[in-house]
Amino acid sequence: MAIIERPTDTPALAGAGAAVVTPSSSYGYFRRPVQTTGWRSWVFTVDHKKIGIMYGVVAMVFFFIGGFEALLIRAQLAQADGTILSADKYNQMFTMHATTMVFLFVMPMAAAFANYMMPLQIGARDVAFPRLNALSLWTFVFGGIFINTSWILGGAADGGWFMYAPNSSVPFSPTNGVDFWTLGLLMTGVASQVGAVNLIVTALNMRAPGMTLMRMPIFTWMALVVQFLLLFAIPVITVALFLLLFQRNFDATFFSVADGADPLLWQHLFWLFGHPEVYILVLPSFGIISEVLPTFSRKPLFGYPFVVFSGAAIGLVGFGVWAHHMFAAGLGPISVAVFSVATMAIAVPTGVKIINWTLTMWGGKLWFSTAMLFAVGLIVQFTIGGLSGVTHAVAPSDTQQTDTYYIVAHFHYVIFGGAVLGLFSGMYYWWPKVFGRMLSEKWGRWNFWLMIIGMNLTFGPMHIIGLQGQPRRMYLWTENRAGEGFFNLGFWNLVSSIGSLILGIGAVLFLVNVWVSRKNPPAPADPWDARSLEWITTNPPKEHNFDRIPTVHALDEFFHRKYEDVGEDGKHDYKKVRTGEEVVEIEEANAEAHIHLPSPSYWPIILSFGMFIICYGVIYSTLLLAAGAAIAILALFGWALEPPTADDSEFEPPSSDGGQPSKELAHV
Amino acid sequence: MSDTTIEQPATPEPEMEIPAGYDDGQDHIGLPHHTTTGLSNTKLAMWLFLGSECLLFGGLISTYMLYRNRQGDAIGPDQLWDIPFTSATSFILLMSSLTMVLAVSAAKRKDERGTRLWLTVTALLGGLFLAGQVYEFTVFYREGLGYTTSLFSSSFYTLTGFHGVHVAVGIIMLLSLVGMLAKGRVLGDKAETVEMIGLYWHFVDVVWIVIFTLVYLIPA
Repeated sequence: MAIIERPTDTPALAGAGAAVVTPSSSYGYFRRPVQTTGWRSWVFTVDHKKIGIMYGVVAMVFFFIGGFEALLIRAQLAQADGTILSADKYNQMFTMHATTMVFLFVMPMAAAFANYMMPLQIGARDVAFPRLNALSLWTFVFGGIFINTSWILGGAADGGWFMYAPNSSVPFSPTNGVDFWTLGLLMTGVASQVGAVNLIVTALNMRAPGMTLMRMPIFTWMALVVQFLLLFAIPVITVALFLLLFQRNFDATFFSVADGADPLLWQHLFWLFGHPEVYILVLPSFGIISEVLPTFSRKPLFGYPFVVFSGAAIGLVGFGVWAHHMFAAGLGPISVAVFSVATMAIAVPTGVKIINWTLTMWGGKLWFSTAMLFAVGLIVQFTIGGLSGVTHAVAPSDTQQTDTYYIVAHFHYVIFGGAVLGLFSGMYYWWPKVFGRMLSEKWGRWNFWLMIIGMNLTFGPMHIIGLQGQPRRMYLWTENRAGEGFFNLGFWNLVSSIGSLILGIGAVLFLVNVWVSRKNPPAPADPWDARSLEWITTNPPKEHNFDRIPTVHALDEFFHRKYEDVGEDGKHDYKKVRTGEEVVEIEEANAEAHIHLPSPSYWPIILSFGMFIICYGVIYSTLLLAAGAAIAILALFGWALEPPTADDSEFEPPSSDGGQPSKELAHV
Repeated sequence: MSDTTIEQPATPEPEMEIPAGYDDGQDHIGLPHHTTTGLSNTKLAMWLFLGSECLLFGGLISTYMLYRNRQGDAIGPDQLWDIPFTSATSFILLMSSLTMVLAVSAAKRKDERGTRLWLTVTALLGGLFLAGQVYEFTVFYREGLGYTTSLFSSSFYTLTGFHGVHVAVGIIMLLSLVGMLAKGRVLGDKAETVEMIGLYWHFVDVVWIVIFTLVYLIPA
């Protein structure tokens, strides 16, 4: 859609009788969508900002669904011999809790931030392939819906999030749940894969003039590393998912142990994906807090190149440690030793990051906004999780901990304490950027403290429960084996369940905060005295992001436009010479004309919908499958025949008369 | 929050130096030039996609290599392979890479007729390979190698089947491109569109070389 500053004194259509408005062209089947308001402007949009917001909203919905499932699990375990869930429902509950949180909350929420912020941080007007971006979104949405419809269609998957085969074969899991899970994850895999290609090309190819790789904002760097991890990890789980699908639906024999199948095949394929996945979850949050900490410490990020390269190193080594999830599987001493050492090695770049964050804060003028609190919370909580992680790297100790609640404690400290706290930090930090209003700091503090207290009460006791030997994924525990005194399982299970309730309330306070902050006055252009490029535009950004593509001169470009170095004798002393508002005003005064943005399209959502139908077809009927395939093929051809950007003559009024074209496509 | 007072009125920003190619007032989405790396977006995206495809086939090939000798009492690879026949179809597929190169070369010369001709020939050769694969599968099936017969059969059919689907998708793309070229419906740089499909096609051929070597040529 073209966006041009329409001259305010000229009525758009008055006197333009000579101008010929052509209707938006028809490409194959439909005319191009033209709405700029209402639901159609969202559903058919290719604007990375709207797509980012929708990613975030849908991920948030899944966060609360997954959280509700967690509360049911904790309610079941609060007392001995719990009766809230049956064994079968309990299996489904923990499987879907993990699947929802990993694939339908953390990954898409990170994608939301990457989608929204990456083009802004590198000075681009959109991603490289806007329609593919919309395809990613809708494929994820339909995939998430697809998996969750299994609840009402015979029961959800029940094999745990790593769905070990042959335990997930038909004899052990006869409902369609695992098929829903497999197909749904294939869909979200398509979404991640397409998104990865798109965002890598964006970061490598669409940078503003002067934006070298080592001037890229750190969040964009971490998001870029994550996209590479996705690019190479998703195909591996795709193979595993296809094998399982063929095993269950076409009687293939990959996991039939009776025929001589190797049960480790699934484990290797899954964890070769699964371990990079851990970094896929946490690196975006590392990126977010690497933006937040310098801003609220009033200092540049300590050792920016170290943070960049340790992030890349984590990504690289992350592909070489997968077998530490399988120490108890009998790999043999050599493999175990190698993977044990590699796992300890990956703690080094992670430690480097923690040192960098700490030294960023050291000596800074700290401002404990809610975003900063979440960022500091991440450093502390993630470090606790990292330390228990090192105890897993020691293989003999891991053998003791495998499949106990100690593992559950560990990965909740790294994923909730790492990934989720970072994402919330990003929410508070970028909320004024995205929505033009600040979130309430008062409610933010309640949000933060209840979540921190809640998470420590929930997951802290799990260390004790686990080392006492309570296995994970058991739907009940009995009083006569609970032990006594300090190590009594009953006491700590109750603490954990109460903690989960506090955590749940803390999370709901975020929604409360969004609600009470909805009528806050418009946020200032630069509420946090921020540093990176996304702030060199209005809040929220205009549809074309930047009135003029900024030319980048330094890392922390926005900071250097506001501050001048007045230090002498080689000492740095930065003095504020203009405000963020003024920087934005300068950009507005130098606005470019003739900015064409990619036009909205029907095809991404139709193609995703076709895949959605195909997935039901695989489970229920070949006829449905054929119908879905037909929709998808039609969409593919419609897509190929449609130009990404509408022609000049399709805008109203057309630009051919020399006047300024309007921002709207012709409604003819 | 900004408590820093501004001592002097903000001066207009000095005119900044903008590298050539950026200050034409146009945005650069979808255009092949003016990218940071110099590679066009589509080409970079295709390379990335093919990079991830390596991992897809890597996983399938690993599965096959793990199970290649696990056929139990059922029929095994040594009783099945017809090396001369598969060599012939492999040769046909490799030749299709040559015709693909000729198509790209014709497209770069803006020789529309030649482009369409060589694209069609490439699609035909691909179709011939696919026909050979279907024939081969039929023969194997008649000799007792069903999809569910053994670990070996499942992993063999899955691996070669995935490759066959890739070839089929390639053929559909080639023929669609021929049609779109004939009707003048290809958007943007035609030579580059041909080259993109060429990259995909060559990749599928290269994967076949690996599969042919590992599956057929190395004795079980």
